[in-house]
Amino acid sequence: MSTMFGLANPNRFMRFSGAVLPWTGALAVLLLAGGLYWGLAVAPADHQQGETVRIMFVHVPSAWMAMFTYTFIAIASVVSLIWRHSLADVAAKAAAPIGAAFTFLALATGSLWGKPMWGAWWVWDARLTSVLVLFFLYLGYIALWQSIEEPARAGRAAAVLAIVGFVNIPIIKYSVDWWNTLHQPASVARLDGPAIHPSILYPLLTMGIAFTVLFVVLELMAMRAEVLRRRIRTMRLAEAQS
Amino acid sequence: MGCFAAIVRRDLLLALRQGGGGGLGVAFFLIIVTLVPLGIGPDLKLLGRIAPGLLWVALLLATLLTLDRMFHADFEDGTLDLMVIGPLALELVVVAKALAHWITTGLVLVVAAPGLGLLLNLDEGAFVPVFATMLVGTPGLNFLGAIGAGLTLGLRRGGLLIGILVLPLFVPTLIFGISAVTAAITGPAPFGPPFMILAALTLGAVALGPFAAAAAIRANLQ
Repeated sequence: MSTMFGLANPNRFMRFSGAVLPWTGALAVLLLAGGLYWGLAVAPADHQQGETVRIMFVHVPSAWMAMFTYTFIAIASVVSLIWRHSLADVAAKAAAPIGAAFTFLALATGSLWGKPMWGAWWVWDARLTSVLVLFFLYLGYIALWQSIEEPARAGRAAAVLAIVGFVNIPIIKYSVDWWNTLHQPASVARLDGPAIHPSILYPLLTMGIAFTVLFVVLELMAMRAEVLRRRIRTMRLAEAQS
Repeated sequence: MGCFAAIVRRDLLLALRQGGGGGLGVAFFLIIVTLVPLGIGPDLKLLGRIAPGLLWVALLLATLLTLDRMFHADFEDGTLDLMVIGPLALELVVVAKALAHWITTGLVLVVAAPGLGLLLNLDEGAFVPVFATMLVGTPGLNFLGAIGAGLTLGLRRGGLLIGILVLPLFVPTLIFGISAVTAAITGPAPFGPPFMILAALTLGAVALGPFAAAAAIRANLQ
């Protein structure tokens, strides 16, 4: 908790993130390169699906990150509303375009995978529809931030929206269990343990960690940009008043 | 007269005298129901098959159109500020206003729906399920829409933004409403379970929506 409020000071955050970014950036590049090589070149092809299964190493981590980012935004929104942590709504605002990009990537790679596998670019089953709804939630969240001028007020309104929309995350996770869907049911995060062979599971987990580190890098960069944007706005307002 | 009843009565009278969203909503409903057969051709069998879904979607769009007038007028002239600091909890104020809004727009749309179903060659056995599901589903839509209306207080082009914000929240109601109607028309799956879930969604929206809407209003008024 003291670390969390230690970083609430924007200056301290800028110094911390400036020091940490190069290292996390290098780590992200390493993990992505290693994971991609492992998944695309080394891991075995699937018995039924052949080489097209390799798109899973991008599709699944993107989908994980899409949901993770929204959860991150929801938690940051709760922190912002309850503790008035000054960087919490900066964190939430910065994460939204990143999450929208991950969601779009998941939908697009899923489409590319679905065409050879299911014969259709898109089906209206529960998992795909609920992820599409998640994409709309991201877009609405970004639109709300952009439509209110004053940052504190925008932050509060956006926080309410993010918390209300969080109900979609369990729906996405359990949609393949509750409805008869075309999409693959849960194979990794299950109570019985993963149902995938280690030779495919380990590169998948590596890609998952790589995407998470990538998210950290992009989030820190976006937060720094947002802090600077607010400073510019404050300076312009001060100049206009004097 | 208690505060709650006073607010409901005030909103009903204002809608009656100034023209609430009801007329506008029904007109929009009618326009959509007219445009779609012009767009896809007059094949009655096809229209009859898509009629329940089309009626539901048109209902959702008409509801979206009328949502921003829930708090807009009171926000503009400062009444909402008085309501926030008044004796009645803001959550109950939201319930009162959403209830009045449903009576003047949602209920009017539900009553208009069977008539419009005639235009679309709606299946005879479908009239009652469509009416019942809409009657049960629309309060939930209005209460969830109150959240969107609260978030977009005072925005100039708020009407368009409300649509994007509340559409994800409307999707479950739409899915279960259609599921119930389809079960009633064609066969073996029972009408009961999806209808119960639809009712549960509405009850949940009525119970929890006002808290979110009140938080959104407070966020925008500070």
